[in-house]
Amino acid sequence: MLLIHCPYCEEDRSELEFRWAGEAHIARPDAIADITDEEFAEYFFLRNNEKGLTYERWRHIHGCGRFFNAARDTVSDRFLMTYKAGLPKRPVPGVSATEKTVETYEQTEGDAR
Amino acid sequence: MAEMSSPAAARTLALSGVRGRAASLAVTPAAPAERISLRARSEDVAALSAALGLELPTRPKTSAANNGRTAHWLGPDEWLVIGEGEKGSGLMAACVASGVLHSAVDVSHRNTAILVEGAGAAAAINAGCPLDLSLKAFPVGACTRTIFGKVEIVLLRTGEESFRVEVWRSFSDYAYALLAEGALDATF
Amino acid sequence: MSGSSHGSAKNLGAFRLKGAGRLTPARTSRFTFDGKSYTAMEGDTVASALLAHGVHLVGRSFKYHRPRGILSAGPEEPNALLDVARDSARRQPNVRATVQEVFDGAKISSQNRWPSLAFDVGSVNNLLSPFFPAGFYYKTFKWPREAWEKVYEPIIRRAAGLGVAPKEEDPDRYANRFAHCDVLIAGAGLAGLTAALSAAATGAEVILVDEQPQVGGALHFETSTTVDGKNGFDWAQETAAKLAAMPNVRILTRTTVFGYYNHGFLGLAERVSDHLDRPGRETPRERLWQVRAKRVILATGAIERHMVFANNDRPGIMLASAARTFLNHYGVAVGRNVGVYTAHDSAYEAAFDLKRAGVSIAAIVDCREQPGEAVLAEARALGITVLTGHSVIDTTGRLRIKSMTVARNGNMDIRKMAVDALIVSAGWTPSVHLFSQSRGKLRWDEASQRFLPDIYAQDCVSVGACNGTDETDLLVDEAISAGGGAASVNAERRFGWSGGMIGAAEGAGPDTRVKAFVDFQHDVTAKDIRLAVREGMHSIEHIKRFTTNGMASDQGKLSNMHGLAIAAEMLDRPIPQVGLTTFRAPYTPVTYGTLVAHSRGELFDPARKTPMHDLEAAEGAEFEDVGNWKRAWYFPKRGEDMASAVNRECRTVRDVAGVFDASTLGKIEVVGPDAAQFLNLLYTNAWDTLKPGRCRYGIMTREDGFVYDDGVVGRLAEDRFHVTTTTGGAPRVLHHMEDYLQTEFPHLKVWLTSTTEQWAVIAVQGPKAREIIQPFVEGLDISNEAFPHMSVAECAVMGVPARLFRMSFTGELGFEVNVPADYGPAVWTAIWERAKSMGACLYGTETMHVLRAEKGYIIVGQDTDGTVTPDDAGLGWAVSKKKTDFVGIRGLKRPDLVRDGRKQLVGLLTNRPSDVLEEGAQIVADPNQPKPMTMLGHVTSAYWSENCGRSIAMALVAGGRSRIGQTLYVPMKDRTIAVEVTDTVFFDKEGGRIHG
Repeated sequence: MLLIHCPYCEEDRSELEFRWAGEAHIARPDAIADITDEEFAEYFFLRNNEKGLTYERWRHIHGCGRFFNAARDTVSDRFLMTYKAGLPKRPVPGVSATEKTVETYEQTEGDAR
Repeated sequence: MAEMSSPAAARTLALSGVRGRAASLAVTPAAPAERISLRARSEDVAALSAALGLELPTRPKTSAANNGRTAHWLGPDEWLVIGEGEKGSGLMAACVASGVLHSAVDVSHRNTAILVEGAGAAAAINAGCPLDLSLKAFPVGACTRTIFGKVEIVLLRTGEESFRVEVWRSFSDYAYALLAEGALDATF
Repeated sequence: MSGSSHGSAKNLGAFRLKGAGRLTPARTSRFTFDGKSYTAMEGDTVASALLAHGVHLVGRSFKYHRPRGILSAGPEEPNALLDVARDSARRQPNVRATVQEVFDGAKISSQNRWPSLAFDVGSVNNLLSPFFPAGFYYKTFKWPREAWEKVYEPIIRRAAGLGVAPKEEDPDRYANRFAHCDVLIAGAGLAGLTAALSAAATGAEVILVDEQPQVGGALHFETSTTVDGKNGFDWAQETAAKLAAMPNVRILTRTTVFGYYNHGFLGLAERVSDHLDRPGRETPRERLWQVRAKRVILATGAIERHMVFANNDRPGIMLASAARTFLNHYGVAVGRNVGVYTAHDSAYEAAFDLKRAGVSIAAIVDCREQPGEAVLAEARALGITVLTGHSVIDTTGRLRIKSMTVARNGNMDIRKMAVDALIVSAGWTPSVHLFSQSRGKLRWDEASQRFLPDIYAQDCVSVGACNGTDETDLLVDEAISAGGGAASVNAERRFGWSGGMIGAAEGAGPDTRVKAFVDFQHDVTAKDIRLAVREGMHSIEHIKRFTTNGMASDQGKLSNMHGLAIAAEMLDRPIPQVGLTTFRAPYTPVTYGTLVAHSRGELFDPARKTPMHDLEAAEGAEFEDVGNWKRAWYFPKRGEDMASAVNRECRTVRDVAGVFDASTLGKIEVVGPDAAQFLNLLYTNAWDTLKPGRCRYGIMTREDGFVYDDGVVGRLAEDRFHVTTTTGGAPRVLHHMEDYLQTEFPHLKVWLTSTTEQWAVIAVQGPKAREIIQPFVEGLDISNEAFPHMSVAECAVMGVPARLFRMSFTGELGFEVNVPADYGPAVWTAIWERAKSMGACLYGTETMHVLRAEKGYIIVGQDTDGTVTPDDAGLGWAVSKKKTDFVGIRGLKRPDLVRDGRKQLVGLLTNRPSDVLEEGAQIVADPNQPKPMTMLGHVTSAYWSENCGRSIAMALVAGGRSRIGQTLYVPMKDRTIAVEVTDTVFFDKEGGRIHG
């Protein structure tokens, strides 16, 4: 079970108090009524689902109730940082998304060196 | 809203009929109280504090109490303010009198409270609550919204071995029963 | 008779040695095994007690039904799985005899045998074993496909299963506890205790966990280790007492760390009362600990491996360390004439201990040419025959080993030696399970032929045998360092240990057809693994699944390394290249009771009740579940079935009035100067035009334009709205609103508060509704002129502050009285008393559904399904044409959402008025078309309408509104029902009643 640092409560709290809320830094277009179908698809439907470093939103729904952003490594499940909603996307030094392929079962199993 | 002086209708409390077991660890329903959910921006906290007669806490996981009123920090712009006594102490009116922008919503009847008091109180709550309830991590006066089993609660530590559990009324039977289970287990 | 002495005549077992072991005869208990009664001493496991009485045969194997005995003395036990019962309900199958402590009155039975353990019909499988090779079931039961589920699987399950699950409800209690600590230490042997001393000295909060009843780990059997000049086991108990007295240390014995998950989260299963003769009624049986540890020290030790040779599974054959544990801790000799077969020095010490206790040692057969010199010298000094460079290549004995066949390696000369027990050791496998679960990466250590922790994924450290640290002085240093503090511990072991082998031993190689078991629990032999490789399985993961090696409940604690080595040999690849299967939680089986803990009965899920629930129950209400809510469904009078009750309620509401509990509707108070603007963005309607004191029906769409929720919104003041949502939608609607408010529209000065439970809501609907509530309402003129349809006001009801809505979900004149929840019962009672006297009724959700359908009012989630736009649902009027933005404005313009022919909500009237359609039934234009038919849509709501005197239905139909007047068909299993497409309003089409 994950331990998540809430940037508002300034504390690590159990995953039980949180709800995942999808990829972060997808801004709703200002003049949304006027965007093209392609732009709408990009905004609403398409997600990167990157392996490795991902930016995602969480809500401390059973805590302070706030939405916030997190940089998480989807391979190790490690949270690299969390920061308040509305702040710009922050790079994580030395970390980037590795590749976009999905691991096969065989690759993840039997991984003793 | 302020409650009227003598309503013709009688109250039926959530958890009526429930009696805590007489033991070193007691789980008992709290008396009715006036409650508001208060929301405000940081620049308006001082005026609201003055109007309420207590210092609205601005640090996470803290509470402040004065004159029978307790303000619980729930989020950066959110407090649960509880006034003792069934008739209440005019929390809504006090907020209006502050003259600053805010949202105050009466939730006196939305919540009910359960008191957990005695040796092992923290262990009883830890039957369903994932928080670290050691005195170091959750000292007297600490409060937070959190999870208890399958329901949400607001937890306040009122003493080294006493807690107040605020819970929505329809979840109170569940919360009470799980606290009773936890209390039983905390004695082993 | 618990604990009481039976006098000196107690039979503690012929194999219980006087003066040996640590148990005292002061307290004894009785138990039965397969109906026969035995005496055990306090502290005995089922295994030690049975062995004390010379009972080795305890079970039949999984596949071949071969007689099996006790192999180990710990949780790794693959064979001795028994059924242990206190009574018919308190019965658990597949209990490891080596873990379960005897309690007084225990009824213990062997499993997987019929009619008896000694004579088992199923053992014919053993004779037929040439026909049951690895993968047999996969290959044999392929066709016909349908037979698998109905024929093959049930038969195989009955034949191959282990224990039988109890049928009665488990009466025991189970508990859960969340805990936090600075350091969690798994394992309280020499390494774990030393680490605990060191960590505790720093003031850290320490949780020390061990699966055995007493701390000590290997010191239970390791009599040649002294610590601080004391016997190791005694030192362990003293150290535990010292630690337990410290306020910052919690010691959990009989507790297994079964899972090491993300971010320092560990699952522990504590066996609280399984060992007690008479557990208190309120004592939990087991307790789940969910621990969050800042650091973890793994001191999980190592597990001894068996030797893989022909017929290595007979009762009486066991691990050398197990024999030593039974002797040194329980005072039980595993035989009178014991053979030893080993590839490791440690087994010599078992022989020494047995010999000193008076047991004859037939020989130590060591497959190595050169054992450790120290143990060899000691063996000679004790007069024990040692055959180096020899192997045991076979055994005899049907229900218990009778002899071992010994041969010089590479030589055909054999000799048969009589034994009544054979103890074996192929060396030690570090217990890296928890390390692997924590996502740590192992490395292969070629010199010692074992996998060891290498790269840590969490704040964790391994110490002692699980880290490959064999020397006691190094082990102690490592443990002290891991603890982060200081401790003074001096440990010495008399003999250094060396040796070990993995894979098949002499006489069980690729050129043989013997049954040399690798995995006892799943009956996997060396031959099976070779067959898997020959049949093309080259990945260890495939070999594992093909043979099921390591897939039993012991997860291959003994078998994994042997299986891997045999596969590597066949593949002619180095072991690390063949790889290791992943260890997964749980480390040992955990009962469902422990995992479920408190979540059963009334605590399985919260049952949410409205303030008026008990009053409704007293009126005879039947309840239905709506989410977690219990809602009054209908109120049958004496002699009424559901249909007649609902028909009466439907009639009465329209003729007189009805009283309904609407408290569960979601309510959100939206407060702030930008409240109207916020609602403009979240709903398709316009809200700035709504005046205080008025209500409006609102539709909420998601960004994709599909209906998400609906409800009536009342404006109480310029800056205060009372929003209602569907009962089931309340939490997600609030979450959805908060999401937009916090992350997309944070500039708006508005706040949201859930008030669902603040208000008890009493709906009074029907022509007499006003007359009913009139006397209770204070300070408000509720005449039609002053308080028309879709009005809201704050007032008093029976002296209680109330919010009164004039609204209707029935099409009748209607009010919803909102009072603070605690006052709900009193107000309900008063209103109902008056309503009853005027001929009104109570009604439930079923009548509510029928009445709203008569008016064509939709239920989101029933008449919509997440692909329905407001226009599809006939609610296009509720979508503002003037607004430049709202959630869903762009989605609604998508080509597919504006095309012709979309499914639209329409009414359906069956040609025969008495036919009530089935909700979900498909609709076609031509019932005679060939299959698969073109389906035009489906029925979303269908009821008998007493008020219309016929059935009514709503349906989503492609191009539905353009088909009004057409006849379509609903093909059912037994007939086809013709229906006419209509609009969705079936009753009071003019809508006059609502304004009454």
